[in-house]
This record gives sequence, C-alpha cells and structure tokens, in this order.
Amino acid sequence: MINKIFLIGNPNVGKSVVFSRLTGVRAMSSNYPGTTVEITRGFLEIGQDKVEVIDLPGTYSLEPTSKAEEVAVSILFDTPKDQMAIINILDSTNLERNLYLTLQLIEEGYPVIVCLNMCDEIKHRGITLDSDKLEAVLGVPVISTCAVTGVGIKKLIQRISEVKVSLRPKKSYQERWVEIGQIIEQAQRLTHRHHTFREIMEDISIRPFTGILMGVGVVYASFKIVRFVGEYLINNVCDPIFNNFYQPLIEKLSVILVPESFLHHVLVGDLINGKIDFKQSLGVLTTAPYIEFAMVLPYVFSFYIILSLLEDIGYLPRLAILLDNILHRMGLHGYAIIPVLLGFGCNIPGILSTRILESKRERFITSTLISIGVPCVALQAMIFALLGKYSGFYVAGVYLVLFIVWVVLGAILNLVLKGYSPELLIEIPPYRFPPFTVLFQKIYFRIKGFIIEAIPVVLLGVFLVNIMLYFKMFDLVSGIFAPVISGLFGLPKETIIALLIGFVRKDVAVGMLMPLGLTLKQMFIAATLLAVSFPCIATFVVLLKELGLKDLIKATILMLITGLVVGMVLNFGILR
Amino acid sequence: MKKISLLQLKPGKKAKVVEIIGGKALENRLMGLGIYLGRDISKLGHFVLRGPVAIKVGRTTVALGHDMAKRIIVEDDK
Repeated sequence: MINKIFLIGNPNVGKSVVFSRLTGVRAMSSNYPGTTVEITRGFLEIGQDKVEVIDLPGTYSLEPTSKAEEVAVSILFDTPKDQMAIINILDSTNLERNLYLTLQLIEEGYPVIVCLNMCDEIKHRGITLDSDKLEAVLGVPVISTCAVTGVGIKKLIQRISEVKVSLRPKKSYQERWVEIGQIIEQAQRLTHRHHTFREIMEDISIRPFTGILMGVGVVYASFKIVRFVGEYLINNVCDPIFNNFYQPLIEKLSVILVPESFLHHVLVGDLINGKIDFKQSLGVLTTAPYIEFAMVLPYVFSFYIILSLLEDIGYLPRLAILLDNILHRMGLHGYAIIPVLLGFGCNIPGILSTRILESKRERFITSTLISIGVPCVALQAMIFALLGKYSGFYVAGVYLVLFIVWVVLGAILNLVLKGYSPELLIEIPPYRFPPFTVLFQKIYFRIKGFIIEAIPVVLLGVFLVNIMLYFKMFDLVSGIFAPVISGLFGLPKETIIALLIGFVRKDVAVGMLMPLGLTLKQMFIAATLLAVSFPCIATFVVLLKELGLKDLIKATILMLITGLVVGMVLNFGILR
Repeated sequence: MKKISLLQLKPGKKAKVVEIIGGKALENRLMGLGIYLGRDISKLGHFVLRGPVAIKVGRTTVALGHDMAKRIIVEDDK
C-alpha cells in the first residue's frame, strides 16, 4: 500500500512545478539549483485514496553534499520502501547527468516511476527521446511531461500505480557512468543545429569580460526599474487613492471620535497642524495602512517583479560566478549571493535558503550578514521615502555604509571563525522563458504572502505603540537609553522607541521617525541604524531555528557591536 | 599528451579528466554533476583574480571555484 509519494530529482529539473500540478499546493519554483530547501507536503487523490505527496530539495546523488540535500536523502531513508513511490523527475534536455540518480535509486531497490520533464524544450535543442526504449531498458514506467504547461501530468497520475522495483545489480560509479552512456546511445538522438541567439547570450554571461559588463548592466537596470516602478505606483496610484478617497472618510471619523480623545489617539492619531497627516499622525487607521499600502507595497511589487524575472530566466547563478572572488574574502563563495538577494526581499526566505550552502560556517556567516547588513524591501522602501526626498545621495549613503559593514564584518568573520570555506561548484542552467502566467502567479503568491504576514503585525504594532504612548510608558525606557541614544548617536532620546519598534516591524519603525522632526543627519543615522541593527523578531525566530541558540547568541552580540560602532562612527566621524 | 590542471587548460579546449586531487568527498560532489575520471570536458572560460572556471560536461555547464579547478587534472587532447 502506497501512502507516500516522493518527488526526487536533480536540482532545477522542475520538481516543485510537478508538485504544484499534482497537489494544487503552490510551491516556489525558479530557474536555479536549490530553490526548494524545505520539504513541502500536499495531497493527491488517486481513485478513492488520498496519498501524501512530498516535494524534496533537489539532489545529484544519494550522497548528500549540502544541508538541503541531506534533508532530501534522510527522509527517504527513514520511510519503508514498500509504503512509498518515488517519482524521479528528470530534465529531458540533460538526460545523461540526470540518469545517475535514477540508476542509484533503482539499484537501491526503490519503487520508481520516471518523469521526463521539460519535454517541450528538447525539440528546439535538437534532441529526440525514445521514452518506450528508456522504459524497456530501465524496467520502470517512463512518462514525458511538461509541468509548466501541464502536458503529461494526467498520464503521470494514471501510471503511478504501475510504479515498480526493477532489479539491477549494484554498480560502482564508474560502471554506472558507462551504463548511462549505453542507455543514452539507445534512447537519445541528437541532430546538429546552429547556435541560437539564446545560446550566444548564455555564453556571453559566463565569459570573463562580457560577463562582468552584463552583470553590471543587469544589476544597475534592476535597481533603476525597481525604483521607477515603485515611485510611479506611489505617485500615480497609491497616493491619489489615499488622498482622494480615504482622506475624506477618515476626516469624518475624526470628527465623530472627537480629537484628543483616547480612541481618536489610537485610531486616527494626532492632528498635525489641525489636519490628518498620513505620514505623521500615527494612527491605526491612518499611518499604519498608509505605510503598508502606499509606501511599502508598491516597492514590494516592483522588487518581486524583477527578482522573479531574474530567478526564472536563470540569471542568478551567473551573478554568483561574477561575485565568487569577492565573496571568497568573506569566507563564502559566489552562490551565497542567492540567499542575500532573497534577503533583500525579506530576510526570512534569505536565511532559509542558506541551506543551499555546504558548510555550517558559511551558513553562519551568510545568515549573520543578511540579518545585519541586508535591509528587507519594506525597510528599503521607507528609507527611499525618508531620505530620497532630500537626495538620492543619502539613499546611496545608506547602501555604502551597509556595503562597508558587509566587507569589514565578513572579512573579520572569515579570519576569526574556525574551519575553511568550500569552493564554488554550481550548475549554470540554460536561460528559460516561462509563460507569463507562471511569472504572474509567482509574483501574486509573494505579494499575497507579504500582505498576510505584514498587515496584521503592522496594525497591532501601531495599536500597541499608541497605547504605550498614551500612557507614557516609553518615558522610562527612553530615559534609560538616553545616554547611548543621545550621547553616542546624537539622536533625540525618543528615537529609542523607533529602534525598539524595529524589532517588531522595520517599516513601522521608520514611520515612527517621521513625526520626530529629526535633522537630516539624525535621520540618516537613525535609518542606517535601523538597517544594521537587529532584524525583526520573525527573523530572529528563523535564525534560532536555523543556527541554534549558541550561534544565535553570537550573531546577536555581533549585531549589538555593529550597531554601536556604526552609530558612533557616523555621529562623531563622517558627518558634519 | 601532457597532464595539466583545469586552470592551465586554455579556454575553448577539450580535455579528459585523469585525476581528482582532494579525496572521496570532492570526487562524490563532482560525480553527481557528471565530472569523473575518464570524462571528456571542455573549458569555456576563466575569470580573472582567482575567479571561477566554467566548463561544459556533456550538456551541463558547471562553474567551479579557482582552488577546486586547480585540483582537477586533465589530459590535453592536443
């Protein structure tokens, strides 16, 4: 009796897309090895039965080489073979390398069904595959699919019950490769054809000179587009909606609640010059929704459009090659750029994806650097709003400080921490152009995630802050921290409240700075401190889970020291 | 026919892997990607300042770090 179906295969063959097709559960997919670092579960109905389907991180062989692969292999070992079926997913365009794991699975006596995915791609690559032949040679069912469009999925489901164990003698790896060569000879035919434009572009990106040019271009263009789209949406969509439709409603509410009353204080906030100011009033129904929907959300949207596009096309591993030697100086290798980029969206997925790195040391360095020196998109959006109105120069200044923190802290960690850092070893995927609907779904999925996670926290956060402000509960705290905040950082003592709120949500924290009437220098210091000091509490929870308590304490000490040093240096040293 | 490391191999050249210096763990990692003793590979490029080396193995493009490339010994086809 089969009660578990495992999806297993090499990294980046589309396991998560097949998984989504089978179960209807949306799993994140991209075009780089290592998108899936956690186990995702869903259910598939086969006739009367409901069977659990488990999407595993990709692995090249049954000998794991990273934490993500370890996760995949160990869960497989822990399940009795007679209760499971394995759907082994292969990239049709790269049968040879993929078959290694297939043969290993079959030799180990696992019940396997082979799924030749991306079957739409083989045609324009001049490959023909004979799946019947392959089925005969392997002795297990073989089905061609194209999960992105859904072709072949029905057939795959129909044939799951035919899954079987094929008896094959165990082989040494050398013999296995020889055998793969013979299988390929029988089942695959290649026709010669000329290089396509896509292949030329693929080539350019991994050659030294052109690669670097392209990298600089892509990064610059991405940043520009994110800012342009974000800004455009704020000025032309969000602001008009708030000013023209929402403001009159809130004004009516303000009159009903009576200014200066407790409820007015909590819900609408303070009147600035007798008017409601979405940026400064600090009410649950004014500043809170304005921050999230009119200041942060537009950037969340534009950031994820670009990130999703780069992910799905398959550019990120190419960026990893370019940055390899720089990251080496911080005890990392090029692939660490993927968690870092995800961290610029939200630190949590960034830290989770450090599992694609091989050693514990690299995971510690990367997670620490992400939580200290990578501001999430919500925080960045607020920094754009706060400092960008003066000049892009200040915004760039924050990034420059972050970059210096990165390099210095990374180099120190590399010197101090024991152990060595492994070398880069990654597969560079071909460029792929997913259908627009796939991209759209992914962006939708991410934005929905943001709204669900952020909005309740923001509303609750502003609510609590208002209550504490009303009863003057912060006075004690700001008194205690005054020597550090005013003495060392040169900020008014009330800023501590914003820094503490940063623990709950960074965007609200920047929002709290807005009514304080800070000078430009103070604003710059406060914004930079919010970026380099503690990450939010949700990130802490994930850090604890991923690093363990001991390493979390180490990371926290580093956060404190970095925050103090940066605050002091900026206050006394650089700025006038 | 001479034995050189992947670093010394010229971009655009083909060669056969004859030795992997670095023990079983490295051999296993490379094997999963299809790089093993006796395998033909071709070098695509090499990034300056101890940057990575890009090679093609069958239909797979692989990038490996400078120090790892140093430990893969190949035999030039000439």
